Amino acid sequence: MTRASTAQQSNSVIPAPAKITVSLTINGVATQLSIAPWATLLDVLRDQIDLTGTKKGCDHGQCGACTVLVDGRRINSCLTLAVMKDGAHVTTIEGLATDGALHPLQQAFIDHDAFQCGYCTSGQICSAAGLIAEGKAKSPDEIRELMSGNICRCGAYPNIVQAIQQAMGQS
Amino acid sequence: MIDFQYTRADTIADAIRQISANTEAKFIAGGTNLIDLMKEDVERPARLIDISRLPLKSVEETANRGLRIGALVPNSDLAYHPLIAQRYPMLASAILAGASAQLRNMASTGGNLLQRTRCAYFYDTTSPCNKREPGSGCSAIAGLNRGHAILGTSEACIATHPSDMCVALVALDATVHVVGPTGARAIAFADFHRLPENTPQRDTNLERNEIITAIELPARGFAANCSYLKIRDRLSYAFALVSVAAALELEGDTIKAARLALGGVAHKPWRDPSAEAELQGQTTNPSTFTRAANVLLRDARGFEHNAFKIDLARSAIVRTLTQAASGIPQSQSSKKIA
Repeated sequence: MTRASTAQQSNSVIPAPAKITVSLTINGVATQLSIAPWATLLDVLRDQIDLTGTKKGCDHGQCGACTVLVDGRRINSCLTLAVMKDGAHVTTIEGLATDGALHPLQQAFIDHDAFQCGYCTSGQICSAAGLIAEGKAKSPDEIRELMSGNICRCGAYPNIVQAIQQAMGQS
Repeated sequence: MIDFQYTRADTIADAIRQISANTEAKFIAGGTNLIDLMKEDVERPARLIDISRLPLKSVEETANRGLRIGALVPNSDLAYHPLIAQRYPMLASAILAGASAQLRNMASTGGNLLQRTRCAYFYDTTSPCNKREPGSGCSAIAGLNRGHAILGTSEACIATHPSDMCVALVALDATVHVVGPTGARAIAFADFHRLPENTPQRDTNLERNEIITAIELPARGFAANCSYLKIRDRLSYAFALVSVAAALELEGDTIKAARLALGGVAHKPWRDPSAEAELQGQTTNPSTFTRAANVLLRDARGFEHNAFKIDLARSAIVRTLTQAASGIPQSQSSKKIA
């Protein structure tokens, strides 16, 4: 009760914040967007730019389905305010293929049947792209540990590790 | 998420000015915990002041051969920094034991200190919680308290501090540098976090209009003989039931200096100089280590579901000190406990 009445009171005092103009380069395309402060990068990608390859799983940073690359680093887009990334380069699953050719990780996930339902897959692949760029994982143990932020409830983990190993061999 | 206003801070002075001007404002850096708590309606700031662009992202050597870590250095950059990996491997290991690769890329050094408990009742706005709503009661004391504290608890709160990094930092005698409206001050790491007592709503001794600017490490990093062992329900990406940071300085098998701290067991990273004194001058063997563990845990008290943590902590302390003494630290990739 106290919390609800406090909220009502604050709403009557504080005017709704204005949207903020933000520049983002998404999959190589420079874009200017008008964004509400509370919009997460995940929601902006999906709802404002129609890039729905990035998935919303838990929306709390626990499942990794929303993983994208910001300035080359993998992050959880569900816990990222888009306004804080003004000027950043964002790469999503839609931006990995070049000139119509699949990214080596996309091909490796197909080759190794590294998914069943596919809902976690774009997050897995973006996370693996970040993992390979970081260069810290060599062994299967290290791949498993450094991919632990991506949950696959179908349990395709052994095939995911194999797919990443294949792509690492090519990079 | 509730409506809030968003501004950026251009300088540290500007950040302090902005936070002082609005009692309902909060700083945001990595945002990994704050955004989550805002989605849960636990945190309801009227304004977020974005400090992520402040120039606090470097790791520099200090005049006395220590390191000064900028408060905005991401957790992953810190863990993989060559000077941390070489001279403070226990800190690197503790960081890599926490969260996921994505979260470590986002989370800042200063923010790691300020993350809030993961007590489920703190997150659940329909449950009484003295930390979230002072005076409403503690649901955990007679509730599902398997993950909760066994040391330093109070009638008001039995929550734990969730950080791994902070366990290593307290063991390494780090210092927290902060700046506020009246200037800069330094806080010894052991004095930074608080016990719950009657004010569990206050996690730390940082004032609300102060900003963390850096963490300083002294020269001694205990690189040769240290280990960080984290015991949890899953092998990765889970909070500690019990974690141990142990570091020794040895001459042969005689302990010249010892550091010992626990995570997952208290409202703050738990360190007790009397347990370290128990090790000093002794030889490295299981009975020495068990005596130190008994001193560190002498006031431990379990609740309905977490009493197992006392024996678990005792065993983990002995095991981690054994790893440190042998110079073979716990791997954070291979999960076999050495």
